Amino acid sequence: MSNASRIKFLYILMVITLLVVGFFQSWNVALTIFNLCLISSIMTLGINIQWGNAGIVNFGVMGFAALGGLANIIISMPPTLNAWDSGGEIIIVGLLIFTLSIFFSIILFRKSKLNIKIKYSISFTFIISGYFIMRFLVDAPIEKIEAIEPAKTGYLGGFNLPVLLSWPIGGLLAAFSAFIIGKISLGLRSDYLAIATLGISEIIIYFLKNEDWLSRGVKNVNGLPRPVPYEIELQSKEWVLKVSNYLEIPVNELSSITVKLSYSILFIVVLLIVLFLLEIAVKSPWGRMMRAIRDNEVSANAMGKNIKQRHLQVFIIGSTIIGIAGAMLTTLDGQFTPVSYQPLRYTFLIWIMVIVGGSGNNFGSIIGGFLIWFFWVQSEPLGLWFISQITTHISDTNIIKSHLLENAAHIRLMFMGMILLITLRFAPKGLIPEVKR
Amino acid sequence: MDFLNGITLIANYIIIPGLTYGSQLALGALGITIIYSVLRFSNFAHGEFMSFGAMCAILLSWLFLSLGITLYPLPTAIIVLPIAIVLTISYCLIVDKFIFKFYRKQNSKSVISLIVSIGVMFFTGGLIRFIVGPGDRNFFDGERFILKARTFKNITGLNEGLTLKTTQGITIVLSVFLVILLFWFLNKTKTGKSMRAYSDNKELALLSGINPEKVVLITWVITGTLACVAGTLYGLDKSYKPFTYLHLVLPIFSAAIVGGVGNPVGAIIGGFVISFSELIITFAYKKIFFYFLPNNYVPKGLLQILSTDYKIAISFLILVLVLLIKPTGIYKGKII
Repeated sequence: MSNASRIKFLYILMVITLLVVGFFQSWNVALTIFNLCLISSIMTLGINIQWGNAGIVNFGVMGFAALGGLANIIISMPPTLNAWDSGGEIIIVGLLIFTLSIFFSIILFRKSKLNIKIKYSISFTFIISGYFIMRFLVDAPIEKIEAIEPAKTGYLGGFNLPVLLSWPIGGLLAAFSAFIIGKISLGLRSDYLAIATLGISEIIIYFLKNEDWLSRGVKNVNGLPRPVPYEIELQSKEWVLKVSNYLEIPVNELSSITVKLSYSILFIVVLLIVLFLLEIAVKSPWGRMMRAIRDNEVSANAMGKNIKQRHLQVFIIGSTIIGIAGAMLTTLDGQFTPVSYQPLRYTFLIWIMVIVGGSGNNFGSIIGGFLIWFFWVQSEPLGLWFISQITTHISDTNIIKSHLLENAAHIRLMFMGMILLITLRFAPKGLIPEVKR
Repeated sequence: MDFLNGITLIANYIIIPGLTYGSQLALGALGITIIYSVLRFSNFAHGEFMSFGAMCAILLSWLFLSLGITLYPLPTAIIVLPIAIVLTISYCLIVDKFIFKFYRKQNSKSVISLIVSIGVMFFTGGLIRFIVGPGDRNFFDGERFILKARTFKNITGLNEGLTLKTTQGITIVLSVFLVILLFWFLNKTKTGKSMRAYSDNKELALLSGINPEKVVLITWVITGTLACVAGTLYGLDKSYKPFTYLHLVLPIFSAAIVGGVGNPVGAIIGGFVISFSELIITFAYKKIFFYFLPNNYVPKGLLQILSTDYKIAISFLILVLVLLIKPTGIYKGKII
């Protein structure tokens, strides 16, 4: 099959599958899956531009998504009363001092012509003293802030701005950290880069888990504002009642479907914008240059391309997209839970989506995101069904049967592994391969 | 007296836990390093191989317990370890035959093998959760302590106690034994030498008549053994939970890279660097100053450099520092 017909076939298949879920399970389930499919496919687009077009292995998806989620808190939550008075500014100053100490030691390292050992020891003392000055300044106000009604707030809060603003801000946060991470690790070869980004994303998660003054840590931030109306508000609206009478759907179901649909519309708009921009980028001379660098770094370098800069650029672009998607995910959840960020779910699953969908092809990545997310959600019941089918002949009181049924949900990890392995073995280019240009 | 108390405190909270955790990391890092230097890829599934080994040990020790075979002061897991090792090695070989071999024959890029190993990781993780379930399993039986804090206090008359858990003792002894065995094998035997030759220069080794299949087989045997022992020891020491092994992969990778990937000595050093820096950075120094300084000078705070919550994050921090300053690691390994 040609690429175009593959795209048509797979997209129609996906639509039909979701419709089947809608008709046979429920529209609520179908829309929940659909929304998360949309977010996943935006994340895959971010990875695809890095891996598919530039050959950069970014295993830090989790960290960037979490930073996007953090933007939700900073933008949309109301500021905590008295928190800023008890030393919010001092924390910022402390952090600034630490950052400056790192910055100066880097400058010193780059510019001065001293002996390397002296340089190391000076930068080391600089950073260490910066750290302790920060701790000296910051410790007391942090304690104070975390003591303000710890059950409800105990953190700085945000700026009380509309939550939709947190999507671009989340992208910016991710971009900024991608700049730093890229500066640190992009000089490394692929394997090292993978491990380094994975490690740094874990550091980000640890930071968000433990710095209660910023993100409430493991206590989570609940009740983030929504960009769409609440179900309760809808249920009292005149038109909702009318539509519900007309379609003969219960009001509460209709209201939650409406809410989910409005999310879907927002997400589709973002997805289309991102896809449009990426398609332009990939088709432009810039995209050609990226692929040239991916395929042969040495010769691209010989042609005068600055590989480090281009890699940094594409790393930032991809991470921004992931950050935006992460912010959208937190908005959809309505809460920020740092504990829920697991590399299996956020980093490796997204990678499976890209590989299965087709690295180097944006449409492939999107369908990969849809298919894998759908399968990830539905393989739990599927696994249960599968196990109960093969154990029908065993009596219900058998220990092995009950044990198998109990653990059937974990079959989905096996499914995912097998899908990835089979794809890599038999269709290493993915469902929709990269277009030869 | 105060001086001795201070020393005991350090031994109890830094040296013994550091040695234990360091040996577990070192065994894991050795596995990763050997796979890297011979088969040329970063094996993300190594944590799950460790978990698989521990799972075999758990199931077998349950079986042995139900048969009434124990080794009283030592945990039953120690008797079943050889069988668990054989099972882990067989699993590794099956995985290699059906999955990794294909990419080796194709001479795929190391990134592709890395992604393949993630697939193996998913599959193995699912298999393990399917067999033993995701819950916490404590499979330690036998005598819990070699040295109890109270006994130590009674013997020496110090204020501070020193405890040595059986698991810690076993971990250290077994690791030393395995490492000596491994180095003897790599440096003295003909097979070990051929393995080193293969990892140094594949083409030359093939030309001089070394059988590549045999080298690969031996590599997986060593890796399986190390993974099974490291996983079982970690599970004995901290209680077994399939989930934790995924998180263990990163400190292990850090240890391997910090020491220098591809260098066995480096992997061991790296393991101890990681474990000791985790403990030293998160230790609350207040009590030590209490013993070493005159009373009026003892500061008020806990004197922690970083809170204990950041314990695991430190290994990544060290990894990043090493990658920045000396990407080849402490002992010069191969650059990936």
